[in-house]
Amino acid sequence: MTTTLLLQVVVSGLLLGAVYALFSSGLSLIWGMMNVVNFAHGEFVMLGMYTAVVVWTALGGGPWASVPIAAILIATLGVLAYFLLVRHIMRGPMLAQILGTFGLALFLRYGALWVFGANFKTLPDDLVGHSFILGGIRFEGSRVLAGVVGLVVTVLLHLLLTRTSIGSRMLAVSEDATAAQLMGIRPQRMQALAWALAGAATGIAGALIATFFYTSPTVGETLAIVAFVTVALGGFGSVMGALVAGLLIGVVESLSAFLIGPVYKDVIVYAAFVLVLWFRPQGLMGTN
Amino acid sequence: MVELSRRAVTVGAASAAFVFATDATAEEVVKIGAIYPLSGNSASAGNYEKMAMELGADLVNKGDPELAKILPLAKGGGLSGLKGAKIQMVFADNQGTPAAGQNQTLRLITEEKVAAVIGAYQSGITLTASAVAEKYGIPFLNPESVAANLTERGFKWFFRVTPVAADFARAYSAFLKEQKAAGRKVDSIALVHENTEYGNSVASVIASAFAKDGLNISMKVAYSANSTDVQPQVLQLKEKNPDAAIFISYTSDAILYAKTMKEQNWKPAILIADDGGFNDPAFVKAMGSVCEGLVSRSVFAAGKPGSVAAICDALYKKKTGGDGLDDVSARALQGFLVMADAINRAGSTDPAKIQAALRATDLKPDQLVAGYDGVKFDDKGQNILASTLVTQLRNSQYVSVWPKSRATHQLILPYKGW
Repeated sequence: MTTTLLLQVVVSGLLLGAVYALFSSGLSLIWGMMNVVNFAHGEFVMLGMYTAVVVWTALGGGPWASVPIAAILIATLGVLAYFLLVRHIMRGPMLAQILGTFGLALFLRYGALWVFGANFKTLPDDLVGHSFILGGIRFEGSRVLAGVVGLVVTVLLHLLLTRTSIGSRMLAVSEDATAAQLMGIRPQRMQALAWALAGAATGIAGALIATFFYTSPTVGETLAIVAFVTVALGGFGSVMGALVAGLLIGVVESLSAFLIGPVYKDVIVYAAFVLVLWFRPQGLMGTN
Repeated sequence: MVELSRRAVTVGAASAAFVFATDATAEEVVKIGAIYPLSGNSASAGNYEKMAMELGADLVNKGDPELAKILPLAKGGGLSGLKGAKIQMVFADNQGTPAAGQNQTLRLITEEKVAAVIGAYQSGITLTASAVAEKYGIPFLNPESVAANLTERGFKWFFRVTPVAADFARAYSAFLKEQKAAGRKVDSIALVHENTEYGNSVASVIASAFAKDGLNISMKVAYSANSTDVQPQVLQLKEKNPDAAIFISYTSDAILYAKTMKEQNWKPAILIADDGGFNDPAFVKAMGSVCEGLVSRSVFAAGKPGSVAAICDALYKKKTGGDGLDDVSARALQGFLVMADAINRAGSTDPAKIQAALRATDLKPDQLVAGYDGVKFDDKGQNILASTLVTQLRNSQYVSVWPKSRATHQLILPYKGW
């Protein structure tokens, strides 16, 4: 085994991890802002992927067109989900919140099955330029684009939450909605904004993943598990945590699949996950 | 009822009464349950199978004049053995899990009261679903699951029409030995398989058949079909660079492998895909252009115009809006026709009579949609006349290339890919 090959595995893992981070950040944001777990998150990603497929098949547009369109569409979906569903179920018991977004997930999944059919769709693999070789390591255009955008969007989201007045207002609402209201902040507006931001990030993630993954109505299920693990490992509510956790999971998964065997990679990832939570139940970068 | 209605009609309307009477029996239906993945990762294949069986029911209920000349079952007007009773398909979703497969079969039998069950695509689900039918004494016909152990359970109500892993392994082995004899290098072979019932069992049967025939399997890679990423496995293959690789995959993972192999720029000289996902029309449509020369197997080749296979292929295309029969849908349609033939001969919906009729099944090759040598079950319920063709993907279409006697095209190697 050569060093180059091992490096190739690590690079693949890092790029994969950046994508994991990208599609997990929205989930993390919603939790951090409102203490709601969005079980329909995987379906939001799935719809972002279908946006890319439709933009390509109907308009012939690549990611430069589909990414902004998916961001807007899924952000709108997020706001709608907030006003029509989440706002109401938040007043109910915890179980209602879980079942509410879970119901939304099933509705979106089977809605997609009805509209798009069960068939797998894929985008042409040269949509984002061809692969290139750097220092003996192969980089695939679509994965590099997704990885880089993943890093940028996650860092931007983090900066928005921690360095801007909008971020402070959102944080204030998440900590004490009544107190924030007394300070002149409209909690519902901030919460709707959180859903819009999460939706936009998730839509971008979906549109980019679609360039190298298959798209099907049930793909959200496969991706959602990774997103939940990433968010839990990174620390619920921490966008930077999701980034670190995503990269970590990507590399651990790649290395263990390569060195030990693909059937064992999940065991190793989840064992590492449990170990981390054993010592840091709040996740890598979460706060108590 | 018939007597009463006859009395009710006026004198001289005997013919009208006759029509009334036949109508009354024609209203009767034979319910056949079908348990398939209509959601989940294999939903695409499941829905193609569903359409194939709907076509089958249409053939029996409404008929097709051209097909009726060869296949008496397709003359329309329902099952002649049951006074023209129509077949009603009751589909249930196995959701891609053995537990759902089991529950749905129970529902079909106890609540829908189906006369027989057909299913269930994934071997692991056929395993659990057929166990329920066995317990209730309802015939269970399996058109397409290939795991060897399915017919080794001593079941009395289980019938399998498809060729099994051992038949495929024999075909691959003979095919590869022929390539070796022709001067190609086949010294190292990689076996890459998904790790549920289907992949594991087919892989182990291939491994033992190859070992017996002196073919060297140099590496084995088991993976989960729900993987989000297969880059490490492709890099492993690239490092070892075997002369030939055999993939046993479902659709989602087949797409990921095809994409990733191109990304990492690796291809073996001979790439064999054991049917499954690689034969899914969705896969062929999406990935055909980067898998030129892929070798696979199929029981289906449209064949000469006017044959059962060609007519059914045309009817199926009309139904799906363009997609022709493939290895999976052809086996589903064949499975349905075997069941319909048995119920027709049984002349009853009594499970024991259907079971006896299935045991007595003896269909000839020219009556079949699938390219088998016939349909005849042994004591274990396995079709002993099932066989397979080796195919190759050319311009996004599978053509038969082996054995030579049934090949329509010349084999082209090495594997071209993209």
